[in-house]
Amino acid sequence: MQAAASSPVRGFRDAAAVRIPRLDPLMLVATLGIIGASLYTLGTATQDDVPGSPNYFVYRQLAYAGVGLLLMLLIARFDYSRLREWKLGLYAFAIASILMVYVLGYSARGSRRAIELPFFNFQASELGKLLLAVTLAAFMVDRLRRLQGHETTSRITLLALVPAMLVIAQPDLGSGLVYLAILVAVLFVAGTPWSHFAGLAGLAALAIVLTLVAAPAVGVELLKPYQKDRLTAFLDPSSNPGGRGYQINQSLTAIGSGGKTGRGDDATQTRLDFLPEHRTDFIFSVVGEEFGFVGAALVLSLFALLIWRALRVLTMSKNFYGALVAGGITAMLMFQVFVNVGMTVGIMPITGIPLPLMSYGGSSVLTTLMAIGVLQSIHAQAREIAAGKQSAHGRPNRPFAAGGL
Amino acid sequence: MYLDNERRPTLTPQLAFRVAVLGGVALMFFAIIFFRLWYLQVLSGDTYRAEARQNRVREIKVQAPRGEIVDRDGATLVDNRTGYAIVARPDKLPQDPGARGELYRRLAKLLDMRKVRVQRRVEEQLDQLPFSSAIVKQDVPEPLVAYVLERQDQFRGVDVERVFLRKYPHGETGAHLFGYVGEVSEEELDDERYNGVEPGDRVGKAGIEAQYDRFLRGRNGAARVEVDALGNLTAQLKKVEPVQGRQLRLSVDLDVQEAGQQALGAGTGQGAFAVMNVRNGEVLALGSEPSFDPSLFTRPLPQKTLDRLSAEEFGKPLYNRAIQGGYPTGSTFKLVTATAALEGGVLTPDEIIHDGGSLTVGNVTFKNAGDAVYGPIALRQALTVSSDVFFYTLGREMNGTDLLQSWSRRLGVGRETGIDLPEELPGRIPTPAWRNRGHREFNRCVERRDPSDTEIFQGVCGFFSRPWSVGDNINLAVGQGDIAANPLQMAVAYAAIANDGRVLRPRLGLRIEDATGRALQQLEAPTARRLDIDEAHRQAIIDGLRAAASAPGGTSTAVFESFPIPIAGKTGTAEKGGYRPDQSWYVALAPYPDFKYVVAVTDEAGGFGADTAAPMARRILAELFSVDEQRLVEGGTAPD
Repeated sequence: MQAAASSPVRGFRDAAAVRIPRLDPLMLVATLGIIGASLYTLGTATQDDVPGSPNYFVYRQLAYAGVGLLLMLLIARFDYSRLREWKLGLYAFAIASILMVYVLGYSARGSRRAIELPFFNFQASELGKLLLAVTLAAFMVDRLRRLQGHETTSRITLLALVPAMLVIAQPDLGSGLVYLAILVAVLFVAGTPWSHFAGLAGLAALAIVLTLVAAPAVGVELLKPYQKDRLTAFLDPSSNPGGRGYQINQSLTAIGSGGKTGRGDDATQTRLDFLPEHRTDFIFSVVGEEFGFVGAALVLSLFALLIWRALRVLTMSKNFYGALVAGGITAMLMFQVFVNVGMTVGIMPITGIPLPLMSYGGSSVLTTLMAIGVLQSIHAQAREIAAGKQSAHGRPNRPFAAGGL
Repeated sequence: MYLDNERRPTLTPQLAFRVAVLGGVALMFFAIIFFRLWYLQVLSGDTYRAEARQNRVREIKVQAPRGEIVDRDGATLVDNRTGYAIVARPDKLPQDPGARGELYRRLAKLLDMRKVRVQRRVEEQLDQLPFSSAIVKQDVPEPLVAYVLERQDQFRGVDVERVFLRKYPHGETGAHLFGYVGEVSEEELDDERYNGVEPGDRVGKAGIEAQYDRFLRGRNGAARVEVDALGNLTAQLKKVEPVQGRQLRLSVDLDVQEAGQQALGAGTGQGAFAVMNVRNGEVLALGSEPSFDPSLFTRPLPQKTLDRLSAEEFGKPLYNRAIQGGYPTGSTFKLVTATAALEGGVLTPDEIIHDGGSLTVGNVTFKNAGDAVYGPIALRQALTVSSDVFFYTLGREMNGTDLLQSWSRRLGVGRETGIDLPEELPGRIPTPAWRNRGHREFNRCVERRDPSDTEIFQGVCGFFSRPWSVGDNINLAVGQGDIAANPLQMAVAYAAIANDGRVLRPRLGLRIEDATGRALQQLEAPTARRLDIDEAHRQAIIDGLRAAASAPGGTSTAVFESFPIPIAGKTGTAEKGGYRPDQSWYVALAPYPDFKYVVAVTDEAGGFGADTAAPMARRILAELFSVDEQRLVEGGTAPD
């Protein structure tokens, strides 16, 4: 600390660092690019959704994105390592907010998922994704000396299963699966032995068999019929085109009909409402129909860029906690992108998972931007240390501590 | 703890490997999705674009009105009117069976139908054509239409379609000719005569409507519209206007047709008539009584009504006696017998045959009607007074030859005339082979079943209890016995004698026209079969027929002597066995000697030809030649 204070040049640098964190520029480009694509797509696809205000959804998404980017910058300035100290509070908040939904939540299409707030509907399960990544990593770091132990794996698994089961029961199967993906990623990055993963996979298979086969056989339906239908419809969408396969067929028709360069204003699948949920879960189908292979490939490339940078941040992290958090967040993004896009192109079941930053919705946009903010914070911290090493010959530097945040 | 976290080298080789695994998984997924997108959008783009088009574009058929049918002077016989049909739209009907049942119940109450009928009608049609709307009821009055349209919340999926329905401005007149229109059947769709007809279209099912269907039916239009996912119309894309069918001009003269039906209706109410031009086969009138209201067929007919229209006790109105009747013709057949005998060399025009009042063959005696005795007479006289003994004798002479039967067929009696109506029946001329075959079957049946006498009398083995005998030929010579013929066949036979042996094919269709009456296509002229008949023979027969309607003692002189147009004609009184009244016949050729028309009339229970059928023929002839019967009476020249 003295060294930093004694050098006027460093003081200047610190002041600059306080104002502008060292963001990963490519990740920022990807983030802004995806937000831009979302706004543009919503602009063309939701013209007729709200009579009288053609840009209703664009403006709202723009507001979410604006607030979200602000939050992202704030978090990026902040040392994520602090989050570790708050792990119990954050975990408790995540569980409590999910439970609150049961009490206060309003029901959208038969499932309670959100709490009504003055400006938007707060979906606790969305924020829970980020909170879970942050807290699971923290609990993992607590057991740093016994990372390979059975006990560690089972404790962490249990900690993830509690919120996962709670949101699945809402029922929000998609978010529950995202939680499990985060769990697997945190364990994976922490170096959990392969044998443990094999055990977990066996348990998962057993659970699937129990819910889909054994429980119905004895008369207990754990999944709602529509959930089961959606999960299995992608296997053969043409078996019932008017029913459960409808969404998949309409999505495939939308994407396929986009061709190489898209149909633009002639995108009838979207414009005439054949495509269900075209603002949210099926927004990628809109991209495919309106902008064709070119547009879909561009959006996918932005996601690839984002994920590449996220993995890079994982490797750069100044500490193990950062690596675990980055792993969890990367998994959260990857899983949502692959399951959502896979669903629209008919290779994944329909699970109601939004496409990060693309799908319309405040909770999802804000959560994703905050998560990217955490990644940027990890990046900024690592860069600060690297810069510190360069200037002060290997002295570890904690500029944020000095900055008095 | 913190220290551990800080000290631990972040990127261990193990972590590097695991990150590489994560990166590899990401790369693999991106690759899969890229290939999938390439497959969907670049390789299958056209398929999916077609699918998207199918999604949003619906073709709505616009029914084309059928062509009008007019009489020879252009008077409308069959016209169109627009009506409303209540239909069920398959995509909008409630899916829930309970709600559907409730809807059917409500519809049934409104339309005065039974619920099961509504349900069956809708579900049968939807079964066959799942995407077209199903007609619940045709021709619904406007107040009901308004009621349904104003209460769409109660009648979900129920809609109203405008349909063209046939209109018959002249009621029962000519009902048997027109036939009716109905929805095309599956068998018809496979028939190449119905090329271009789509399921649900209405085509001619009987009569003229069926015969000239390809001209009368129009070309349906189509409205191509864009709809959204809920089936709401969002845009009109293209419209092809329907084209009305062609107008068909018939040779029928509405006034003559009306006069004929009135004349028949004034008799016993069951009979038929045919009026034909003897030079070209054009049919000016063809009617059967009792008649029916053809507009009954524009809406689905309850089975009860259909049964009544075919019921014996109501006179089977649907039965077209003029072309389907199988009657003994009585003495009107003597023209055929005379021709056969003269041409077969059995008789010369002036050969005298002694009419002693009866002819005995074996132990059977055939008598003249009314026990008359005409003495020695030649052909002309025999036709004038309608001597039965004269023709019995010819029948006996011609037995064993095929003369009578073959000349019947040549003249067109007992076979189809080939008129342009699909329902025609041939009737029958009895032959030895026909009766003997029947008798052999009868014998076999009796041997096998050994029936009692009562059973034989009731006809359990048929009625051919005896083989052909000379008596059958004697009966046939005077149009009695097993002969089955109809007025149109008799008209054709008489026309053949009147026009020098040309057997005409009668026809109703004159030409195809556009809506303004401009001729587009003349319908094919009747193919004439030419018979080689000696002029002297023909003249002798004509003379006999003329004298029968004009000379003293002629069978119909009393009816026609006051008629200003010279007529040649023959009465007929056919015995029908049992206690049934005799069938009355008259066939007239006019004007003598340069014949233009033939009129054949029969009344199933009219008794003597001269009493019933001849006056009917006179009424038709009066209309045909515009004779003012009223003025004749006032002028004091009426028959006494």
